[in-house]
Amino acid sequence: MRRVLSVLVNDQPGVLARVAGLFSRRGFNIESITVGNAEEAGLSRMTIVTSGDERTLEQVMKQLHKLVDVIKVNDLTEEPMVARELVLIKVTATATTRPEITHLIEPFRAAIVDVGRNSLVVQATGDMDKIDALIELLRPYGIKEIARTGVTALMRGSLAKVRV
Amino acid sequence: METQKLDVMPAPEVSAPAAGPGVMTGAAMLVESLKREGVDLMFGYPGGAVLPIYDALYESGIRHVLTRHEQGAVHAAEGYARVTGRPGVVLATSGPGATNLVTGIADAYMDSTPLVLFTGQVSTDLIGSDSFQEADIIGITMPITKHSYQVRDARDIPRVVREAFHIASTGRPGPVLIDIPKNVANQTAEFEWPERVFIRGYNPTYEPNPAQVARVVEAIREARRPLLYVGGGVVHSGAAEELREFAHKTGIPVVSTLMGLGAFPSADPLFVGMLGMHGTFAANRAVMECDLLIAVGARFDDRVTGKLERFSPRSKKVHIDIDPAEIGKNVPVELPLVGDVKRALAAMLPEVGPVGTKAWLDQIRAWDDQWPLRYKTEPGTLKPQQVVEMLWEATGGDAILTTEVGQHQMWAALFYKFKRPRQWVTSGGLGTMGYGFPAAMGAQLAKPGEKVICVAGDASFQMNMQELQTVAENGLPIKVAIINNGYLGMVRQWQQLFYDRRYAESRIGAPDFVRVAEAFGIRGMRAQTPEEAREAIREMLEHPGPVVVDFVVPEEENVFPMVPPGAGTDEMIGRWDD
Ligand SMILES: Cc1ncc(C[n+]2csc(CCOP(=O)(O)OP(=O)(O)O)c2C)c(N)n1
Ligand SMILES: [Mg+2]
Repeated sequence: MRRVLSVLVNDQPGVLARVAGLFSRRGFNIESITVGNAEEAGLSRMTIVTSGDERTLEQVMKQLHKLVDVIKVNDLTEEPMVARELVLIKVTATATTRPEITHLIEPFRAAIVDVGRNSLVVQATGDMDKIDALIELLRPYGIKEIARTGVTALMRGSLAKVRV
Repeated sequence: METQKLDVMPAPEVSAPAAGPGVMTGAAMLVESLKREGVDLMFGYPGGAVLPIYDALYESGIRHVLTRHEQGAVHAAEGYARVTGRPGVVLATSGPGATNLVTGIADAYMDSTPLVLFTGQVSTDLIGSDSFQEADIIGITMPITKHSYQVRDARDIPRVVREAFHIASTGRPGPVLIDIPKNVANQTAEFEWPERVFIRGYNPTYEPNPAQVARVVEAIREARRPLLYVGGGVVHSGAAEELREFAHKTGIPVVSTLMGLGAFPSADPLFVGMLGMHGTFAANRAVMECDLLIAVGARFDDRVTGKLERFSPRSKKVHIDIDPAEIGKNVPVELPLVGDVKRALAAMLPEVGPVGTKAWLDQIRAWDDQWPLRYKTEPGTLKPQQVVEMLWEATGGDAILTTEVGQHQMWAALFYKFKRPRQWVTSGGLGTMGYGFPAAMGAQLAKPGEKVICVAGDASFQMNMQELQTVAENGLPIKVAIINNGYLGMVRQWQQLFYDRRYAESRIGAPDFVRVAEAFGIRGMRAQTPEEAREAIREMLEHPGPVVVDFVVPEEENVFPMVPPGAGTDEMIGRWDD
């Protein structure tokens, strides 16, 4: 089962290596990992998407906790959370397909951020399923390159019950 | 864990480092910090990157023992840590000096031995350029340290040293490495000793949760065939007294892991023996048949459990450990109890009473009578088990025993009857040949008044016997008892049992150990019969200085009983010594 972990860490040299190394040497798998500054100076927040059964996840979380540079570990999977990913898709586009693509991506609230002679770069944000769907939709046109950021996530505020 | 307010140690705004009180080099800060941590002994080996630190150590009053290999230094520090409970301290240079520490660091990590290791590093401007004697020791040791630091500013040294000692010695102990670039050791700044340690992401749970305690107490009350399974955590936590009281008050019998030996007196009627691959039949049988297995500071290692599906199938499991990650890692546990083992036992003590284990104890005793630990003796032949028994008798069971790794280690574990914790120093988790002899140096330096005996294998001893020179120079009265079977005995045993006696590369030659010892100015002796052995042991113990005794034993003796690899603990072989 896919799991989303939010890990608050000290912004120290090597902290990413410590976390990534822990996953690889204990045979845990990482689907994606994002890191950036957190709300407090000196801290970073990592969002790690991993998969495994209940027991593996428990081990992952406990082992993460043991790292001195890890301040807090949260499993967001079962929590109300906002999980978003950004994707850039370079898709083949000719004069005829260009308007078609523009039209097609509209419901995804995606944007065209670069126009080349034979291609377009489409940018979209959303949860993983939405990104996957968009990619599948564009595939018939010929995808040249894809760059995905991986999911970053936060728990929702306690009052925000409505999914926006 | 909840987010706490970050308690920032205000970094002093150091202006131009003028000479004045408190202004010193990073190297001097390191030495000053060591003194404030109460360090009076360290092990190491110099080199270019640590010259400033060695200069600061010169005439500092801290005793530095120069080993003949950095591996000797780190194992010696482990020996020191294991008999004292305090972190062993090591200093090595960058590059090869640092990489020579790796085995010892891994060993300490596996056995939760507190160490603080300092490595030199090339100057910060050279890091990453493959400069002379540069090795990424932080990267190399990341998976085998509890934590590590690379100091980039000398002002951080006091805080980092303080944190390192704190992390190494609290919670589940372990090795902490501090890498110090040469220019940082030379940098001058104001020395600021932090009054207290605060590490936001590090907060081990000592106090057990009362609700969990109550559940365990309840389970103990209901148990008919309870069993205490104790490990090295009891020794680390200093809980031997609480364990003894607990076992006696409840009447629950005790089995011990290799690392736990000494935590419970071997002569106690409630002591069943060591469990696991080379455990006693009764101990493994008790694990199979118990209805409540109470793991105390032990980690369900595969050498203990054998095939997991067959491990202790009839029991409910209690796991008491300070490291929450150990709980449920290998074996599902119904009743977890996270906390310091000593406090957990103390919390349960007033709540428990006699469990009514008489029938259960009788049953265990019957198993032990039926299949006791034993070996065949032959007139004129010196058996390895006999050597250990003689050592035990001659020392009244009071010696500190270190071992190398192999058959001799198992015989030492099985046939020396330990009385107290910190008397047994062996490499359990990593199984490091070459550990025992340098570890004996550290143990002897920590306990100058005690008899320290290293039970060694002929092959293992050859892995670090260069330390004979360190022993000689420092006049350490260590006794090395080499159980010489002319083989990598444990490897040969597996080849005999599981590879059809094809002894591939397990026959191993050795120099004349008596003359080797003598070349280092150390007394050397040889014994080939039980009579000679008895006499050699007497002389060895009387001799005030170091002694190496070469006990020549049969080549093809096996450690029995044994749980074959991949088998269940109910599938022991060699129970009848046939
Ligand atoms: C550094 C290292 N290398 C290899 C091994 C694998 N090994 C385990 S026991 C053993 C044989 C040890 O021989 P010896 O020291 O003579 O002890 P014996 O088993 O004969 O008592 C070997 C090679 C090990 N444990 N450690
Ligand atoms: Mg041997």
